[in-house]
Amino acid sequence: MSLPKKGLNAKRQTLWGWILISPLCLGLTLWVAFPMGLSFYTSLTKWDMLSKAQFVGFQNYIKIFTEDELFLKSIRNTLYFTVLSVPLQMIIALMGALLLNSQVKGKGVFRTIFYLPSLIPIVVSSIMWLWLFNYQYGLINYFLHFLGGGRVKWIDSTQMVIPSLTIMNIWNIGNVIIIFLAGLQGIPNDLMEAVDIDGGRYWHKFRFVILPLLSPIILYNMIINSIKCLQLFVEPYIMTNGGPVNSSLSFVLHIYNNAFKYGKMGTANAMSWVLFILTMCISLIIFKTSKQWIFCEGDKQ
Amino acid sequence: MRTRRTGVTICIYLFLVVGACISLIPLLWLIRSSFMSTEDMFKLPLILFPRKLRLMNYVDVFTMVPFARFYANTIFVVVFNIIGAMISNLMIAYGLARIEFKGRGLMFCLSIGTLMLPANVQLIPLFLEWNWFGQIDTFLPLIVPAFFGNAFFIFMLYQFLRTIPRDFDEAAFIDGASYPVIIAKIIFPLMKSAMVVVAIFQFMFTWNDFMSPLLFLNSVNRYTLAVGLRAFISTFYTPWGVLMAAATLTILPLIILFFIAQRYFISGLTVGGIKG
Repeated sequence: MSLPKKGLNAKRQTLWGWILISPLCLGLTLWVAFPMGLSFYTSLTKWDMLSKAQFVGFQNYIKIFTEDELFLKSIRNTLYFTVLSVPLQMIIALMGALLLNSQVKGKGVFRTIFYLPSLIPIVVSSIMWLWLFNYQYGLINYFLHFLGGGRVKWIDSTQMVIPSLTIMNIWNIGNVIIIFLAGLQGIPNDLMEAVDIDGGRYWHKFRFVILPLLSPIILYNMIINSIKCLQLFVEPYIMTNGGPVNSSLSFVLHIYNNAFKYGKMGTANAMSWVLFILTMCISLIIFKTSKQWIFCEGDKQ
Repeated sequence: MRTRRTGVTICIYLFLVVGACISLIPLLWLIRSSFMSTEDMFKLPLILFPRKLRLMNYVDVFTMVPFARFYANTIFVVVFNIIGAMISNLMIAYGLARIEFKGRGLMFCLSIGTLMLPANVQLIPLFLEWNWFGQIDTFLPLIVPAFFGNAFFIFMLYQFLRTIPRDFDEAAFIDGASYPVIIAKIIFPLMKSAMVVVAIFQFMFTWNDFMSPLLFLNSVNRYTLAVGLRAFISTFYTPWGVLMAAATLTILPLIILFFIAQRYFISGLTVGGIKG
């Protein structure tokens, strides 16, 4: 806009800019800053939502680390779930995308089928898997039995419950497959041909072209999926209610129970803050360690 | 060499078919169970395919709990969420992408930063806030936030806006059109397909959302589908067949929408997921 009235324009533009993004500014204040402030204040009180809140300082934070055994257990369960789920998700999604990117017929159909599970609401998939995992009447054990194997106690055993939730979590990985596939299709053909000319095998293409070029997308999805996994709630809430013997009690489920079952709003909010900081730390760790394996287009070798 | 090639192709197909089976069978199992009586579901050896389709479950869904009401509530909430998301995100994305002003870089970063915020952790604080406003057990906590933009959509529309030449809006600007007019008359028609993506994804997010209705709604006749499904599960007796029918009815609109608008789903995913 190189019109004569530039000064006026600049002012008007600034004004319009802020008007147009005002929902964003309001949203950040109303739905991020304000609730977080309120939550931090509440985390310093003892409050059952019925009587008046009592200010107790940092006692809730001290208590959850020293007195609440379930708290550490819920962190352990959640981390176990995340460490098991995220790498498997990434590997399987990458395999799915590589398969869909090969020269075969009917790719569109397979792509659609792979994506379908990620459409399904978690409540529905929880109910569905609850039934599939059933010891006596579930399809999975029927199938194992049919193959000659024994029945497995899936969500009814303390050892298998988290791996079971992981299997379920991997089932709806379709959206990541689609994202990786789009990334693969964006890889320039001449790079692949260069490997062919050098006499490279498929492994070389994967190792030196596909993996480096895809690494930023993998990193982004790894972080987003870790954040999602750390917030595990609906599946244990519906399927196991944290059991058996609290072996699927996730962090968020424990927070929920404290807030709405035990009437400990202060404690629940203190835990929310711990989880928030933990999530940030884990994202940061993934991000920092990624410097070694990530490939940025800026620094071409 | 040729045989090796065919071998590889067969392997790829094999993996694809196995993957497809794993993806589909649980869903087919759900639909199969929705046509069975609870007694038949608990019979050994398992009845793989019901001999007679039992349609009674689909009637019982509506009589056992106010399921029609859940449907209506969900549609009500979804419609307002879509309207809110379309208006607010287009406004914000336009402001960030097209108007040069101090502070827009910072606001863009702050907005993208919210993608990293763990949503479930935010929920108890949000519950406190809505409780403070005295709006628990109303639809407001489920609807109002949609009118304040969502980083995922802002980023997507921002990327999309960069593909539209600036000449269009600059010409209109010189003609004396104001920004709201430019957005409504020029940008919106050019962004139709991106707006469809926003609408579809907002539909999916809201339709599938379980945590917010669980926290914010108490009365059964305000339940949305996601929490309504839980009304079937009880410690004493769970009518599994009916529950499966209700679950099938819950996912049906999503699946229909997906088959109608598949390419919008794919484009939304790829724009949102590739660059962080």
